[in-house]
Amino acid sequence: MKYQSQSVAKLYFIAAIGLFVGQILFGVIMGLQYVMGDFLFPYIPFNVARMVHTNLLIVWLLFGFMGASYYLVPEEAERELYAPWLAKLMFWIFLFAGAATILGYLLVPYAELAKLTMNDLLPTMGREFLEQPTITKIGIVIVVLAFLFNIGMTVLTGRKTVVTIVLLTGLTGLAVFFLFAFYNPVNIVLDKYFWWWVVHLWVEGVWELIMGAILAFVLIKITGVDREVIEKWLYIIIALTLISGIIGTGHHYFWIGAPGYWQWFGSIFSALEPIPFFVMTLFAFNVVNKRRREHPNKVATLWALGTAVMAFLGAGVWGFLHTLAPVNYYTHGTQITAAHGHMAFYGAYVMIVLTIISYSMPIMRGRVANGPKAQVLEMWSFWLMTVSMVFITLFLTGAGILQVYLQRYSDTPLGFMVVQDKIELFYWMREIAGLIFLIGLIVYIMSFFVKHDDEVTA
Amino acid sequence: MKETFTKGMARNIYYGGSLFFLLLFFALTFDTISELPDRDNRQAINESVTLGKKVWEVNNCIGCHTLLGEGAYFAPELGNVVKRYGSKAAVKAFIMSRPKDGVPGRRSMPQFNLTEDELQGVADFLEYVGGVNTENWPPNIQG
Repeated sequence: MKYQSQSVAKLYFIAAIGLFVGQILFGVIMGLQYVMGDFLFPYIPFNVARMVHTNLLIVWLLFGFMGASYYLVPEEAERELYAPWLAKLMFWIFLFAGAATILGYLLVPYAELAKLTMNDLLPTMGREFLEQPTITKIGIVIVVLAFLFNIGMTVLTGRKTVVTIVLLTGLTGLAVFFLFAFYNPVNIVLDKYFWWWVVHLWVEGVWELIMGAILAFVLIKITGVDREVIEKWLYIIIALTLISGIIGTGHHYFWIGAPGYWQWFGSIFSALEPIPFFVMTLFAFNVVNKRRREHPNKVATLWALGTAVMAFLGAGVWGFLHTLAPVNYYTHGTQITAAHGHMAFYGAYVMIVLTIISYSMPIMRGRVANGPKAQVLEMWSFWLMTVSMVFITLFLTGAGILQVYLQRYSDTPLGFMVVQDKIELFYWMREIAGLIFLIGLIVYIMSFFVKHDDEVTA
Repeated sequence: MKETFTKGMARNIYYGGSLFFLLLFFALTFDTISELPDRDNRQAINESVTLGKKVWEVNNCIGCHTLLGEGAYFAPELGNVVKRYGSKAAVKAFIMSRPKDGVPGRRSMPQFNLTEDELQGVADFLEYVGGVNTENWPPNIQG
């Protein structure tokens, strides 16, 4: 570790992994509720489990992005963090706000939580992924602004690199687009139209900039390839991302009341969205093949290659599968969407956070890389989680194809619940794959506690 | 990736391309907003619909259902539920009839103990959403 203040990242990463565990536990609960409808009812109804599952995901990825920024920005800017104390303070505020919100979901009925947090003053609750009480949303804004200030000052007063500028652009976009979470008109079409400015422009826009910057940083470090080469790749990737992704938002505007021309704009531009992910895969393999050093942290390289491949499969291929308007007419809002969502989030964002953790955590613990036992265990967790996520996606895709056929495509369409009963087998298989994912996650955590290993210290 | 294509060129494509498509996106958004009055059934919005949307939100209905295909995939689509059930009264009756402790072994909607005004509001809200021009989505009445 070159700068003392990089170590604040450790706090963020530990919290991220802890919340990740919670996310997966609730995922397994929901998976069971799909086949045993009364499981934990009425104490934890499905909607509550889902809020916890998705909100924990968002919060732990944000912890991951913040940790990644606090780690890589001082090293890139070649100076200590502008205000390490602020990073620590914001950590505790964010953790407290996040924990309180999750406990709120679990301990009181949602309508009661809305009342307690005075949602009526500025109603923002009850929309998918933005279920947080308004006061929590305000807290998120404060934490993100303080974080941006800290990172921004470090970047601007230090050495500016393409990696830090791209990262800062992505993080600024994250903050700006989140503000649309506060716009909640009664008009459902306007509500939905601008809701996507948070959701789509995050995950298919600015988050990809953050991902690209983190991946570029890790690849510079582990391969020793010339920064100029990597920076050119990074520019190409993010150019393709925004050129396809901004108008690509239109693939959400097909059936929610927006004009019909969005079917053309959305289909054409979102069909291009796999390209930046494909280039990212080429980039990762190309750079690793041309490496100028053999970095002892093999497992970090595995994560870096893995995130590029899985992001391309999950976001790129599975996204394209149902993004053309004539196809989406049948698949919109089915298990096909769920299949895509799972692999895309895992491949792009979960794995990029695990990549930077895998690279930086050993360094923050005083070694260049973990010993062979710990690395092998972490590789096991990589394969267990990644392969089980592939199967979760395949089983949900199977369920989705049947659902689309039985409920939407056949000459005698069946009702929603009738179809759900018929495709139960696929939900059972998905649940089993989910349990294996959980085992993979447990193995991942165990890899941090391997003792008597030959760590690489120089 | 030889010197013919430099980092500077890649950077310019990034800045120029992003700016161009962001501006195009704003222009399309502007046009969309000007076309919405003919499409989004806003004339149906009244006090009851407003209350209904609030009830919809504070009970997190989107956590199980889809509305115009967006939300969770655990329970049926509701954008066309008034048409599927035949009347608002039938929708209200269903919401009211949910058993407090669920149905053994089955998915069941919670009992939300809504007042008559809230129930009416939810039904009015769902009917209003059903009037949005969705380009003929969903494909059939099953949602």
